[in-house]
Amino acid sequence: MGKKSFYHFLGCIIPHRYPSVEKAVKLVFEDLGMGLLDMEGATCCPAPGVFGSFDRITWATIAARNLTIAEAGGYPITTGCNGCFASLWDANYELKHDEELREAVNENLAEIDREFKGTIEVWHYVDALYSHVGLEKIREKVTRPFKGVRMALHPGCHWMRPKILKQKDDSERPHIFREICETSGAEYVPYKDELICCGAGGAVRTADLKISLGFTKQKFDSLIEAGGADMMITPCPFCQLQLDAGQVEIQKLYEEEYTLDILHVVELLALAFGHEPEEFGLKTHLQYMQRKTEPNWERLGLEVKLT
Amino acid sequence: MNSNITSQSVLILTSAEEKSVIVIDAPDDSFVQMIKRTGGPNLQSCYQCGTCSGSCPAGVRTNFLVRGIIRKALLGLKEQCISAPELWYCTTCYTCTDRCPQDVKPTDVIKAIRNIAVAEGYMLVPHQKVALKVLETGHAVPLDKESWENLRESVGIERVPPNASGHPEAIEEIRKIAKKTGFDKLIEAKEEEQ
Repeated sequence: MGKKSFYHFLGCIIPHRYPSVEKAVKLVFEDLGMGLLDMEGATCCPAPGVFGSFDRITWATIAARNLTIAEAGGYPITTGCNGCFASLWDANYELKHDEELREAVNENLAEIDREFKGTIEVWHYVDALYSHVGLEKIREKVTRPFKGVRMALHPGCHWMRPKILKQKDDSERPHIFREICETSGAEYVPYKDELICCGAGGAVRTADLKISLGFTKQKFDSLIEAGGADMMITPCPFCQLQLDAGQVEIQKLYEEEYTLDILHVVELLALAFGHEPEEFGLKTHLQYMQRKTEPNWERLGLEVKLT
Repeated sequence: MNSNITSQSVLILTSAEEKSVIVIDAPDDSFVQMIKRTGGPNLQSCYQCGTCSGSCPAGVRTNFLVRGIIRKALLGLKEQCISAPELWYCTTCYTCTDRCPQDVKPTDVIKAIRNIAVAEGYMLVPHQKVALKVLETGHAVPLDKESWENLRESVGIERVPPNASGHPEAIEEIRKIAKKTGFDKLIEAKEEEQ
């Protein structure tokens, strides 16, 4: 049996701001025997809360254009961003179920000689890991368990909500993302506001940065109230941007300092699988670049390499 | 009545002033019908329980009140809905949608109202700029500095990813789509106003 392969939808934030995630997912998928194929000429998904809020038909057409790239090659799509997942999954679903929308979108796509056919599926890395690989096989690859490291989670919104439509997990008591993260051996730390939004979505980060960071700050304060953690894990680079670079922005706008390491789930797994942080550039997170700091190696249980 | 009873140190969230009566002799439901097209069929099943607003992380810190917007929409108060700045504080987290006992899908209602607002010229300048970036570069968050390419190289991947950043013909396709849907005009109109 050939290995399972996906078209890799990069989106904007992973390749343009958090390339460490792009590198880490390549390491992790290769370790797990899954292929990632380049999606040449894919654009912005486009951002669901932004373009979806502006003009639904334009949003659906641009998303459909991205879907047609994968349809041409015949492989499903995987993406590591909740926002990209929402746009591509939602558009794929709506175009398959809404005849009127599909007609309007295909009329637009005809301008660029493309047609949405509805022949592929869209998966988040989380789905690829949980449903296509399985927890047992992931656990087998863990050679550097995060023993004694306290891990808070930020699952974000758009992979599992709206729950009736997505049917991924119970959005009030989700367990899938937690179980994937727990394969790393880290100790899960619950906190009251784990499930609230990071504040970035829906074009709010663009509209009013301070208000959007208010969500983020509420999450950090809630975590501190719960006793704190050594790191926070998210399956979304936009949430990661908000939680990571957001700490620097919070310091400016709210004059409060937080220094929490924020990792994408594939970065956590790359480390748990024994890859060194330098292999995918953990140090390049915007928080560290802007503050001229480094990850808190000791708290993360990682050895500091003297260079 | 006046509102002098509140001291200066108290943040005034409500006022004691009398509000004008909402008179609806013949309820105009054209706005509701517009919203229902993409915002879901159950808008008129809302019984104002407030589960949406009670669940709303934006409502905690701003004057964004999902229940209020839905009530105004049901009353046909289109202009009040589409011109409200707080319409843009929803992060589309869908918590209200997951909890609404009447399956109103409040998030989709908000997005439908936002679509109507944009079509009628209510678009924030920073939002217009993000939209322009997609038409110019193919991406809302573009690879717009050499330092971002250096960052990619430093983690051991190619300087330019295989997305639209290295494919000008893909950007051209996005422009053609925007021209066809009239989206480019929506942005243009805003630019002229500035």
